[in-house]
Amino acid sequence: MRATVTKNPLGKKVFILNLLLLIMVIALAVTPVIMLQDAEFGGADGEAEKVISEIDPDYQPWFQPLWEPPSGEIESLLFALQAALGAGFICYYLGYMHGKRKAAKNQDDPS
Amino acid sequence: MIALGLGSFLVMPKAAYAMHIMEGFLPVKWSISWYVLSLPFLIWGLISIQKIIHKEPKYKMLLGLAGAFVFILSALKIPSVTGSCSHPTGVGLGAILFGPTAMTVIGCIVLIFQALLLAHGGITTLGANTFSMGVVGPFASFIIYHGLKRLGGPQWLAVFAAAALGNLLTYVTTSVQLALAFPAATGGFMASLTKFLGVFALTQLPLAISEGLLTVFIFNLLTSYNSAELKELLMFRKEGKV
Repeated sequence: MRATVTKNPLGKKVFILNLLLLIMVIALAVTPVIMLQDAEFGGADGEAEKVISEIDPDYQPWFQPLWEPPSGEIESLLFALQAALGAGFICYYLGYMHGKRKAAKNQDDPS
Repeated sequence: MIALGLGSFLVMPKAAYAMHIMEGFLPVKWSISWYVLSLPFLIWGLISIQKIIHKEPKYKMLLGLAGAFVFILSALKIPSVTGSCSHPTGVGLGAILFGPTAMTVIGCIVLIFQALLLAHGGITTLGANTFSMGVVGPFASFIIYHGLKRLGGPQWLAVFAAAALGNLLTYVTTSVQLALAFPAATGGFMASLTKFLGVFALTQLPLAISEGLLTVFIFNLLTSYNSAELKELLMFRKEGKV
């Protein structure tokens, strides 16, 4: 059906390459945490206010968020939900493509 | 990397600002200006998305994937060398696949979600944040990707550089926006810009690299699972068909 369906010779190479990429990302995230023992690693929003108030001490924000998560825990929940929804869709897509390719391959070579 | 970390350990106080501009923190005139500047790109993006899915409905899924990637990456708050956290944006992938303005729309949707449900960013600053994350970032990624490809650079390098620099330029834009709104009493715009950039260019640097790596990661998966459709899409885009 699809002429471009190949045996995917890159499969293993891609897997190892991607594993290395993930290790690099994790190293980039973990290094600061290990090296900066005293740092707060807080969210940036609060810090941004400080920088602005240094430059313009009189500035007052003229609008407040319509709704704020009632606690840090609920905020984390919503962030986790956001990431989970994204990851869910990406995995669905990859699984769908995987099945589609396999089906096409079986059709070409029914053995 | 280690030198950078050590350097920051010695010289940087725990400073940082790195996420998008918070609610109420842009004076009214700037808030409106950035809305006005972002709007044409948003409309252009809506038209381009409509064109894509009208002509080739099969790309709907891939467009969804580009959106899902932004959703995940902008939820990942990653610690950085300055001792605070920031997040990648994820718009580079979609900009390469679907063009920059499609990502204006997707970026804006994610920013609305974060503003309304997480109190990150804001409605008054949505225009400014859409401009940095949804216009400057994707356009930078798009231009860098195609520039490097034209120069004969390898695919992985073009994808990496596009995503990493797109991320960095998003936050450079944010500091320009803040410096414009809050020029220092002495030194004006440039003094403020130096201050804003000095605080977070370093924060964003490892994150930009992470974003580049993660974008190559997903690109690898797409090429190995769906190379035919991907090639077709990039070809179509080159010929201006979608």
